[in-house]
Amino acid sequence: MIIGLDVGGTHIDAVLLRGGHILENVKIPYNPADTLEAICTAIEKLIDKKDLSRIERVNLSTTISTNAVLEGRTSPVGMIIESGPGLEPSSLACGEENVFLDGYIDHRGREVAPFREGLVHEASRNFKKRGLSAVGIVTKFSVRNPSHEVRVKELLGSDFYPVTMGHALSGKLNFPRRVFTTYLNSAVYERFNTFTSAIKRAFEDMGIKAPINVLKADGGTMSLEQATSLPVHTILSGPAASVMGCILSPASGDAVLLDVGGTTTDISFLAGGVPLLEPQGIKIGEYPTLVRAIFSNSIALGGDSAVKVEDGRVVIGPRREGPPAALGGPMPTPSDAMIVKGMLHFGSREKAYLAMKELGLVLGMDPESVAEIILEKMGDMIKNAVDGILLELNSRPVYTVRELLYGKRIQPREVRIIGGPAKVLAPVIERKLNIPCAVPDNYQVANAIGAALSRTTAEITLIADTARGYITVPELGIRQKIDSGFTLKQARSMAVKLVEERAAILGASPEDIEAEIIEESCFNMVRGFYTVGKNIRVKAQVKPGITGCGGEGREMDDEGRK
Amino acid sequence: MMKAVNKLGLVFFPAFDWAISPTHPEREERLLYTLDQVQEEGIADIEGIKFYNPSVAEKEDIERVHFCVPDVSSLVTESHMVSAGGAITAARAVMEGEVDKAFAVVRPPGHHAHRVVYGDRGFCIINIEAVMLEYVRQRYGKRRVAIVDTDCHHGDGTQDIFWNDRDTLFISLHQDGRTLYPGTGFPEEFGGPGAFGYTINIPLPPQTGEEGFLYVVENLVLPIIKDYNPDLIVNSAGQDNHYTDPITNMNFTAQGYARLTQRLNPDIAVLEGGYSIEGALPYVNLGIILALAGLDYSHVKEPDYDPEKIKQPTWISEYLKRLCEEIYRRWMKKEDAAKKMFEGKDSVVRKKRIYYDTIGVLEKQIETIRVCSACSGLITIKSECDLGYSILAVTIPRDACPRCIDEGYRAYRTADSGDYSGVYLQDRVNDEYCAKM
Repeated sequence: MIIGLDVGGTHIDAVLLRGGHILENVKIPYNPADTLEAICTAIEKLIDKKDLSRIERVNLSTTISTNAVLEGRTSPVGMIIESGPGLEPSSLACGEENVFLDGYIDHRGREVAPFREGLVHEASRNFKKRGLSAVGIVTKFSVRNPSHEVRVKELLGSDFYPVTMGHALSGKLNFPRRVFTTYLNSAVYERFNTFTSAIKRAFEDMGIKAPINVLKADGGTMSLEQATSLPVHTILSGPAASVMGCILSPASGDAVLLDVGGTTTDISFLAGGVPLLEPQGIKIGEYPTLVRAIFSNSIALGGDSAVKVEDGRVVIGPRREGPPAALGGPMPTPSDAMIVKGMLHFGSREKAYLAMKELGLVLGMDPESVAEIILEKMGDMIKNAVDGILLELNSRPVYTVRELLYGKRIQPREVRIIGGPAKVLAPVIERKLNIPCAVPDNYQVANAIGAALSRTTAEITLIADTARGYITVPELGIRQKIDSGFTLKQARSMAVKLVEERAAILGASPEDIEAEIIEESCFNMVRGFYTVGKNIRVKAQVKPGITGCGGEGREMDDEGRK
Repeated sequence: MMKAVNKLGLVFFPAFDWAISPTHPEREERLLYTLDQVQEEGIADIEGIKFYNPSVAEKEDIERVHFCVPDVSSLVTESHMVSAGGAITAARAVMEGEVDKAFAVVRPPGHHAHRVVYGDRGFCIINIEAVMLEYVRQRYGKRRVAIVDTDCHHGDGTQDIFWNDRDTLFISLHQDGRTLYPGTGFPEEFGGPGAFGYTINIPLPPQTGEEGFLYVVENLVLPIIKDYNPDLIVNSAGQDNHYTDPITNMNFTAQGYARLTQRLNPDIAVLEGGYSIEGALPYVNLGIILALAGLDYSHVKEPDYDPEKIKQPTWISEYLKRLCEEIYRRWMKKEDAAKKMFEGKDSVVRKKRIYYDTIGVLEKQIETIRVCSACSGLITIKSECDLGYSILAVTIPRDACPRCIDEGYRAYRTADSGDYSGVYLQDRVNDEYCAKM
């Protein structure tokens, strides 16, 4: 059995799965001030009188790191930054204390100038004086040569905890994002770990001994143990759970994924059946980061959005002014329209009808027509948003003539929609976008199922510079010598092996590890008129996906027994 | 988050799958380290800086500027269409008001491509600035434009194309032609009868440094631009004046390029040459990007930067002072000089020998420009080259008078195709192009 838990903004969804079937599901409202208690309540309801020893794993998405950042409840961090020449670095100051080093590593990982070690000792004294425990170390081009970051950490000794080094979080180039990501990782460390230790204890108290995994923003999972040193990767994992919920039934082509909530609609995409990721990383609060994340774009449109008439036209959103009129709310909402059309059944149909009638008086229409117009308008808003996002996605920078002229563009052939109003909206969306629109089974708890079935993901970047004779894999802290005959083929197989190992360490079960190369290039490095070496760059990943079985295999009888 | 003072569009297209040949300076690796630097600096995250993919130029865009012999499709590769398209994309972003400024960091470059093209010379086949500029004029109307070519090599192709066009002020700063390819670009090259004085060449001695470049910009280029009062300033931003460039002999720096960009304040910059792909390009491009965006570039420095080592010899400062005074004097007296030179003449003939270094071909050209009081004058070119082509090419200029238009069409119609391998006509008034083989 597998437990999947999705902690949303106002609800916790929990499911218990066996063989891909739902045994139980629970949805409880909660107060974000006490997430842990709510999680425990949900789990207790879920596993009521079940055989706990048969629980194989628990996957949960948490908002703990996200909320810590958004609410400013993070630990103070001492940052040590080596910016080298380039942009003026003062805008990168994000810690309680920011110390700038004077060393310099260039784009090929060559040390141009060492930093003065005295600056680190001084920083260490200052941090202690200010009572700072958490530290972040980031140097420019550390993903090409992490030696300065490593050396700073050595110099700091064991006086600080945690110490996050930038190169360990992502192999991507982007110094400012590396600084912010490193900062956030150290800043949320304490809160995240207080939470996870509490979770662990609570689960032990309940008698659940199964491994616990947390969801990452890229739609994959990692073990709770690994997450303690990389908590930043759990930020904004909420949309990831819904996207994974949408691909429970496999897809092979491009698709639009919609999650329609109370106040917002999240729009994501599948490219060739795989969730589309943010090109760089996700932005949290004011901080752009290198956290690998599923692309998700939110528009202010949901079932509870306030509906008004302005200049004789229906306007939906952008705000939620309260619950639907049917539940005693102050304004008419799309949900009221759906209730009037007889497509949703909750609250008072009479109140919903009155709300539509009021709008109808201004528009000179009967309430049913108003409801119809609201649904149409919702469809148009979603269509416009999808079109706009697609236009942007399809103009993402490319760097080769081949990609520019013949590169793949995302052309969705289907829509998958989840969330409360999913069933009602599906036909409207289908008509507007002019492609089939499907509502997955169990669409109300699809996010929790998605969390339960997400598999472990990993990504590594391998850079080989045969002229210098070095290979670097920043995410794994690898920097070693290679001989001058190192080839792209060798780089490929090495990258695949390393990413598989990485996934295993993060908690993947061997049958789920499906490694692939996602980017590769090999440049001749010519100096004068001679080729002096090759610059090889390979990225490998274990992509986000659904594990093959929902616990205990797929073969079973009607009652869910093997 | 950092915010650009000027909204900047970047067309960053390193063409990672295109090279002239595997070990040629113009190869796949050329913008690799620039891209690394731009990505590591997080330029794309700066508010107000927007990245664009290049569009692909159309055949018509090329034919508006060039006579490709035998035709566009036999000479021009997809990469060239993309590079020209990249320049067009940059210009369009500015003209449509999406950004204040734009920089096309594209390859291959283009400023050695003349009006007639038989192939690759100086790494160029298509003059991407000229294609861009004529696209802009076609689409957004006539504009007075100053092109300032800061590549170390003389922008001979751009000079050739705008030689007789007084709506285009062409200023080239370059290493003295007696010491560097293509061997042209002397102050005496001053423009055709319809635009005498609107081509300005400023040859700089080898080892000119930051000081010299900025002096010339401050004391000659900017005053001339101010007099000319253009609607648009375009910078052919070659980066091979850098002290580490392997094929030139200048002592310019990333800081210098950034400062030059800031003072010149171009609306559109287009990358040209620059082959110190590791020591210069990442820093020079970054400096230019920051300067265009109006951001602080004072921290941009090359790894081996040592101002003492690259100090400009004092005699150069003296020399440049005199040179600037002399050229400015000529600029001020250009109308009188034109009168003296062209009054009473029907036409002006230029004989040119153009060497295509990459393909080893020599072209001989006789260009005849009508001296016309009503317009800038019809241009006819007879050209032949080692490849066995012999062509007649007629350009009816944008501002052509009815007489020159008629004359142009007559020349095209009456030319016996038996005498030539091809006869071509560019009608810039009606934006039409015809060819008969």
